[in-house]
Amino acid sequence: MTRAPEGDAEPRPRLPAVVTGHRRHPQHSMKKMLAVFISRVLRRVAQKSARRVLVASRNSSNDATFEIEKCDLHLLEEGPPVTTVLTRAEGLKYYRMMLTVRRMELKADQLYKQKFIRGFCHLCDGQEACCVGLEAGINPSDHLITSYRAHGMCYTRGLSVRSILTELTGRRGGCAKGKGGSMHMYTKNFYGGNGIVGAQGPLAEAFNMAALWKLPCVFICENNLYAMGTSAERAAASTDYYKRGNFIPGLKVDGMDVLCVREATKFAADYCRSGKGPILMELQTYRYHGHSMSDPGVSYRTRDEIQEVRSKRDPIMILQDRMVNSKLATVEELKEIGTEVKKEIDDAAQFAISDPEPRLEELGHHIYSSDSSFEVRGANPWIKFKSVS
Amino acid sequence: MAAVSGLVRRPLREVSGLLKRRFHWTAPTALQVTVRDAINQGMDEELERDEKVFLLGEEVAQYDGAYKVSRGLWKKYGDKRIIDTPISEMGFAGIAVGAAMAGLRPICEFMTFNFSMQAIDQVINSAAKTYYMSGGLQPVPIVFRGPNGASAGVAAQHSQCFAAWYGHCPGLKVVSPWNSEDAKGLIKSAIRDNNPVVVLENELMYGVPFEFPPEAQSKDFLIPIGKAKIERQGTHITVVSHSRPVGHCLEAAAVLSKEGVECEVINMRTIRPMDMETIEASVMKTNHLVTVEGGWPQFGVGAEICARIMEGPAFNFLDAPAVRVTGADVPMPYAKILEDNSIPQVKDIIFAIKKTLNI
Repeated sequence: MTRAPEGDAEPRPRLPAVVTGHRRHPQHSMKKMLAVFISRVLRRVAQKSARRVLVASRNSSNDATFEIEKCDLHLLEEGPPVTTVLTRAEGLKYYRMMLTVRRMELKADQLYKQKFIRGFCHLCDGQEACCVGLEAGINPSDHLITSYRAHGMCYTRGLSVRSILTELTGRRGGCAKGKGGSMHMYTKNFYGGNGIVGAQGPLAEAFNMAALWKLPCVFICENNLYAMGTSAERAAASTDYYKRGNFIPGLKVDGMDVLCVREATKFAADYCRSGKGPILMELQTYRYHGHSMSDPGVSYRTRDEIQEVRSKRDPIMILQDRMVNSKLATVEELKEIGTEVKKEIDDAAQFAISDPEPRLEELGHHIYSSDSSFEVRGANPWIKFKSVS
Repeated sequence: MAAVSGLVRRPLREVSGLLKRRFHWTAPTALQVTVRDAINQGMDEELERDEKVFLLGEEVAQYDGAYKVSRGLWKKYGDKRIIDTPISEMGFAGIAVGAAMAGLRPICEFMTFNFSMQAIDQVINSAAKTYYMSGGLQPVPIVFRGPNGASAGVAAQHSQCFAAWYGHCPGLKVVSPWNSEDAKGLIKSAIRDNNPVVVLENELMYGVPFEFPPEAQSKDFLIPIGKAKIERQGTHITVVSHSRPVGHCLEAAAVLSKEGVECEVINMRTIRPMDMETIEASVMKTNHLVTVEGGWPQFGVGAEICARIMEGPAFNFLDAPAVRVTGADVPMPYAKILEDNSIPQVKDIIFAIKKTLNI
């Protein structure tokens, strides 16, 4: 792992040539914007590499203290702590969970290309620290709801890899019995997975009511810099999303560092639980895949940018380096976890492609809850299905 | 000399037209155009013809369209005519309606009509009703377009058909093209219409090529809104449909023809105002009726057709009750076997036709 030498000024980010002059063609402005994004990403990358690396102190063989990024604050006097203690057990758990999410998403990519998964598939590889860090900062009895890039949270909320992959392949062993697919997976205290998103108006209404009634709600924005194929700069009048709650306090969090996410989440959750009302968290993160499997993800950003994040800011690598350098775990132990995770994913995938599809009779089931059974019309008046709650 | 310089200057798609004029003894080339390209062509021609026309929506400009329907338009017309919006349907639909009220002619794209539910108040209350509410003072010349209905494996929230929902509302015009010719002619008519028009396209049809007749290759090719087309003549039964299921009806008709049953297949093209004349005339000829649609059965397009048949002259010509073939009355399931059985298949249409004819 590369370490920035102590006492170094922040290394200058490598800026591609900035296009100047009269804009002759719409493509020029696109290149200019890409240049701006790359420099932004690199600048953040460089700053973090310099600042964080050396400040790990080992307390014992069982835990270590790490310095974490200070969060930018909006309407808050103080924020989450800038150091945190990571126990060996926690570290191994977060490592295993993040690696599982990563491998599960890559397996989903593979299954999609092999046409075992159909329709939409939005992967979250790169964003593992968000879902794992979030879960580490809340209780299983807290309630969570999210949008369509949900597979990671499905897992951290308690669904097995097997039930997730089998739902993706549309088989009866899936967590929604094959009827929901990628965007519609649920479990206790987890309300999906939702395909339709309203980014501005509905959100403002939610902010207003949450603040008005002091609802204990943490609003989280996983800012991966792009809304489908449109960069944040082209879609948002202000990209300081943590301030967009206006009268709601907010935090800007390093979403690639699972410990930073954990501490910020604990802070936010405590804030809410103490009756102060809602709070906003912006997790700065990155997705390696395109928006979905039908988006190659390179028409609006460069491969260089993706590679840069992968090599310098990968969340699993960041945790791994910390644990190894502070001797909380050995490289061999982590490799062993990797082997176990691989087996778990492979077994789950094998099940997912061999489990049979739902029975046709179930087409009409689960229309209503707690209702007596009734008849459901099929494609013509002679085709009938029975609906059972 | 003039011909050569003309060939050099003009874009490729006009060359075939040029050749036809010069060498009129050659039969016009059979041109295959996909539905996607037909819509693209239609929008391109209208953008060129009238500078008040513009397109806005998510990913329509720099991404060339989420389904590539607006490919090349941003490059040609730039930021002022082809506008990328944030993911804010209620917001940008509102902006589009306001622009239409102020005199522009917007094309507002919903990435799918499922997302239009976020903006439905703007479509109905701001666009559809305004001319009426203002006593004829304020027209709203806007087009709302995008893919509608089931796709493949996109599950419940992304597969709903909105033909019945929008068809329900006075003040709106609603069209539903099936093939490339429909797509081009209807989008052009929609853009030129001074009223709010909802254009329900179909994602699975975008990539399907159809033969483009010579008249469709003209820049002034329009299909009138409110007029259905008889795609196939027949004598035994009238089969009425719209959008992708029209193709299934033609397939069913081909199978049944071998058994001596001749179906008259009507492509509605417009949901509202519905062309009941064409349907009634056909039913009075064949004495039997089956309607076919992708949407849910309750309060659907087929239900409306059946009700109107009963209210009109064709009722007395029916030899059997009219039958509707529809999507299954469930939210669209994801698993393939369940999804396949939730949309009307050719076999379901054939079964319904045979039952109606009592064969």
